[in-house]
Amino acid sequence: MLRSRLVIGSLKRGCWGKKPLPVASGFFMADVLWLKKLARVSGLSVTLALSFASASVRGTDIKSLFIKESDVGLRLLVLVVVSLVLIFTDINFRQTDMVRSKLTTLVTPIQYVVDIPSRVMGWLNSTTVDYQALYEENDGLKAQALVLQRKLQKMTALTAENIRLRELLNSAEKINDNVMLAAVIGVDPNPFTQEVVINKGSNEKVRVGQPLLDSSGVMGQVVSVSRFSSRVLLLSDSRHSIPVQINRNGIRAILVGTGVGDKLDLLHFPDTADIVEGDVLVTSGLGGRFPFGYPVATVGRVGHDPGQPFASIQVRPSAQLNRSRQVMLVMTRERVDKLNGTNISGENETPRQELKK
Amino acid sequence: MSRPRGGVVIYVSFLLALMLSALPLPEELQWWRPEWVLLVLLYWVVALPERVGLFTAWVLGIFLDVLEGSLLGLNALALTVAAYFMLLIYQRIRMFSLLQQALIVFCLVMLDQIIVHWAKGILGVSSQSLMFLVPALVSAMLWPVLFMLLRGVRRGFNVL
Repeated sequence: MLRSRLVIGSLKRGCWGKKPLPVASGFFMADVLWLKKLARVSGLSVTLALSFASASVRGTDIKSLFIKESDVGLRLLVLVVVSLVLIFTDINFRQTDMVRSKLTTLVTPIQYVVDIPSRVMGWLNSTTVDYQALYEENDGLKAQALVLQRKLQKMTALTAENIRLRELLNSAEKINDNVMLAAVIGVDPNPFTQEVVINKGSNEKVRVGQPLLDSSGVMGQVVSVSRFSSRVLLLSDSRHSIPVQINRNGIRAILVGTGVGDKLDLLHFPDTADIVEGDVLVTSGLGGRFPFGYPVATVGRVGHDPGQPFASIQVRPSAQLNRSRQVMLVMTRERVDKLNGTNISGENETPRQELKK
Repeated sequence: MSRPRGGVVIYVSFLLALMLSALPLPEELQWWRPEWVLLVLLYWVVALPERVGLFTAWVLGIFLDVLEGSLLGLNALALTVAAYFMLLIYQRIRMFSLLQQALIVFCLVMLDQIIVHWAKGILGVSSQSLMFLVPALVSAMLWPVLFMLLRGVRRGFNVL
């Protein structure tokens, strides 16, 4: 390349040198003109090629000062359109779920790494604890285990009795649900949404819609699953609602999140209905997503305002939504899967196939 | 155009920014989280506009969307638009003092936040407060430090 530039250079010089010569034979003039034309045309293309080549070869050339602005505008337009189409698709269709799940698997390492500091803190806390404190905690735990075991003794008898009674009634409701332990590895950085990430994914057969519990109640449900992690929408998110009933008298209601950590809202609860402070709300099992009977929330202050059509009730979630680290995924039953299958795809084939199995 | 060098440094800085934006914070501090990804992106756009441009911004946005679990394409859109404006004025920015730069960064982060907030508002997940503009302020205050830091890194690793 460099040599070709030299050649062209000498060609040019030759032309200029020949021009003032008094020799004026037509043939020679034509020759010179042709050479000049050749030099100009090829020179142009060669210098263009050279400017690219020399820059890439030597690497010390001055960078181009300007980027092409028209090009940037076009690129902006294309990317904005692509983004809008993507957003639209994501809202309306489920095709993007697969892409999202793949990409989430890709960024899972980031979430694991980010979780390291808190894990190290937890580890430090548990390793540097003082002997006396451990001793006392151990004592406390033993006492608690004893109490729980006594409850369990009664529970097994009651469960057995319940199953017998249900058999008498020909009802196929199961009492015990299987759970899988999981750990919260990340929380949503966005203050507008209440979501957490747990360390179990499609590898452990987690599915969208599975309820998540902690030791004291329902936390939320799985909304998206990737290979090694999944995302859980908490009760307190304003997009979440859960069918509940009052444990004391069975009055049903819908409990929705408010977007604020420790506050839930009972939707359209009649002013005259029987609800008092301290009532426990449990999942009603309606809707088929949450199994029946798990504690969800406790009723706080109940206000009756004559100007309002419904009672204003403060409700606190039972689960420690922003503190729990050890959580449980309830392995939902087939019935729920069937419901989901029909809901999502709108086809009747899925349940039929499952029934055959 | 000279041969690009030190791409690894750019990738690592983006990775760190993504990590910082996914770092769990106490609830009270969540509002004060700077827009790390956007800040780092803006720096590279100013420093190396012919390498880090709109496409980089878009891809980063997609990763941020996935990490935050927001709508796919939302942050991508916001980051691309912010990067576009930076790309229009990067030569003037280079001449500005850090304070003036911080002012521009404030506007761009605000633009980013407003786009994201609008889109979320359309979908119904939003609140009426203007707290979502706090990150713009924090980001602008952080800009001088981040600028010096990243410039040091760029010169140290000789990223071209």
